[in-house]
Amino acid sequence: MNESATPAIRVRGLTRRFGELVAVDHVDLEVPARQVYGFLGPNGSGKSTTIRMLCGLLMPSEGEIEVLGLRIPAQAEALRRQIGYMTQTFSLFTDLSVRENLAFMAAVQGVPQRQTRSRIDALLEQYHLADMQRQLAGTLSGGQRQRLALAAAVVHEPKLLFLDEPTSAVDPQSRRDFWEALFTLADAGTTLLVSTHYMDEAERCHRLAILDRGRLVADDTPAALAGALAGRTFQVNTQHPRALQPTLAQWPGVLSVAQIGASLRVLMAADADAAEDICTRMRDALRSSDAKVSVSAVTPSLEDVFVAATREPGAVEATSS
Amino acid sequence: MNMRRLWAIVMKELRQLARDRITLAMIVGIPVLLLALFGYAINLNLRGLHAGIADQAQTAGSRALVMDMLATGVIEPGMQAPTPAPLMTALKRGRISVAIVIPPDFERRRIDGRAVAQVVVDGSDSTVRAAALQLLQVPIDSAASDTRAPPRSTPVEGRIRLLSLYNPERRSAVNIVPGLVGVILTMTMVLFTAVAVVRERERGNMELLIATPLSRSELMVGKVLPYVVIGLLQTTLILALGVGVFRVPVRGSLWEVYAAAALLIVANLAMGLLISTRAKSQFQAMQMTFFVFLPSILLSGFMFPFAGMPRAAQWLAEVLPLTHFLRLIRGVMLRGAGLWAMWPDVLALLAFALVMMTLAITRFRKRLD
Ligand SMILES: Nc1ncnc2c1ncn2[C@@H]1O[C@H](COP(=O)(O)OP(=O)(O)O)[C@@H](O)[C@H]1O
Ligand SMILES: [Mg+2]
Repeated sequence: MNESATPAIRVRGLTRRFGELVAVDHVDLEVPARQVYGFLGPNGSGKSTTIRMLCGLLMPSEGEIEVLGLRIPAQAEALRRQIGYMTQTFSLFTDLSVRENLAFMAAVQGVPQRQTRSRIDALLEQYHLADMQRQLAGTLSGGQRQRLALAAAVVHEPKLLFLDEPTSAVDPQSRRDFWEALFTLADAGTTLLVSTHYMDEAERCHRLAILDRGRLVADDTPAALAGALAGRTFQVNTQHPRALQPTLAQWPGVLSVAQIGASLRVLMAADADAAEDICTRMRDALRSSDAKVSVSAVTPSLEDVFVAATREPGAVEATSS
Repeated sequence: MNMRRLWAIVMKELRQLARDRITLAMIVGIPVLLLALFGYAINLNLRGLHAGIADQAQTAGSRALVMDMLATGVIEPGMQAPTPAPLMTALKRGRISVAIVIPPDFERRRIDGRAVAQVVVDGSDSTVRAAALQLLQVPIDSAASDTRAPPRSTPVEGRIRLLSLYNPERRSAVNIVPGLVGVILTMTMVLFTAVAVVRERERGNMELLIATPLSRSELMVGKVLPYVVIGLLQTTLILALGVGVFRVPVRGSLWEVYAAAALLIVANLAMGLLISTRAKSQFQAMQMTFFVFLPSILLSGFMFPFAGMPRAAQWLAEVLPLTHFLRLIRGVMLRGAGLWAMWPDVLALLAFALVMMTLAITRFRKRLD
């Protein structure tokens, strides 16, 4: 990986309140340059609010922000020349054509007038929009809109790109293509901060921050995050998954039980016990309900990481009180 | 202010406008609708008004005068009375709209060149008053040409007196069209910018725009400029209809009419921008526009004579751009006055536009909170 010395974003104790609600709660972050950094979290976990504060669009209630060496919000105006921001909902002009939208953004972002034409042609080509350049943006499909929004966000070749749930309204194939485009940008030296609530997308990021109810609950590479859960995930194969699920959920130390087809996936809290011991105990306990039950340890996935991070007893107590 | 960015905003607005059928329909529709509504009220060809006649002279000359008045078609006989008193009662009760009173010494007055008859109208209805004006044009001397009186070339004006009850200000119908220019511009211009900005916020466009290097003044001025063009087009439309259909005179310079309109347009657009910094939804923007529009209509002197209003209302009216515009436009169009002769009102409009624009720009935040 291509890590440069100074991080693109550095955040300390970032907090934002909306009245009583604490939307972002003392978040510390460091986003390395030239990487795809993921923000994973369910709806309402504070992803958009954090991104908006990083762009200088929302005032933080507390905390310090430094983006590309600039202090935000004080130097937000200087930052705006160097960033691209793709909003969560499509925010280009639906009553302008694809080309008109790009030309507008090029003018506003100060792309030199002589280069505007060739830059737009290149973007239309790169994002497969050339055939529909005269079409009004409002008539595009979800995937086409996302590509247009991305093209518009990078028209001035920003150093840093914020993307807020860029693929939420897009089919799987378009999502794959979209992520290819993001990695192309990262390879060219752009730092990307992408929020998502899709596990498969989070998996692809160089580094990942998991947000839950405004709090940063995990922050590492996807592999390291999953590795930390080794020995805590189990698969229970049974004839009666629905009947066993409530029993298992009552077990001491069980964080979650999810049905996956005909099996159950069990996530245990951090525990000193060895995985084999847990397997044996679990099998013995379940025999009475299903004689043919089998239990095995499995490799943790990012989904497990997410569940563990958001359901650790500490986290549950802190937010449900 | 960066000219390229400003131009980008202006062109974007114009493109969007050209594709927005509803706004386009409003730009043309509101002036036409209001002109048609008020135009009906100021229809100068009103005919068949019920008239009461009190011919106290009963000479051939006086009867001929009454016949000539009836022949205009403006009035038709409603009642006859020996004295004016019953006519006044009927007028008050609304049974007749016009009373024609010819004094007993009609012949004497005619020879002396004094006023020979009185047309009394219910002046609270400006329509009637305007129509009755035609009765004053009836020739007096020719009507009595069979008498020995020499056909003198006395001016017709003044020989038949018009007495307008209930409306001592004698507001003329032609006051309405120039006023209408101001009313329509106040209604549409404030609304257009207020709604245009709030709509961008609602659609999420604003979040995109404020995350770019666009400055506040580029955003605000870029919003205003296209609508200045729209406002001047509307002015042209109203003037064309007013002059063409309603025969409203433009006695002063047309250039100064447009200059006055441009001042009002900018003042109103800036006010719309200010509203947009406050309004949270398009509906709220419309409510707030209405809140500004209502006092403008009522207090500016468009509906009710300015001089007759209570002192407090007059003070309030002085801070409404429409008040100053009405003075300017009536001055230029009806009296042929020059704008510089009315510099306090020019200055007031200019100050209003500047203050509103400055407030709108400083109150606008490139933030979401
Ligand atoms: N402008 C606002 N006013 C009040 N509450 C807000 C505002 N913006 C966001 N919130 C609240 O803050 C929390 C976090 O929202 P958001 O950052 O949009 O989450 P995410 O993007 O992760 O879905 C939510 O509970 C949301 O309702
Ligand atoms: Mg969000």
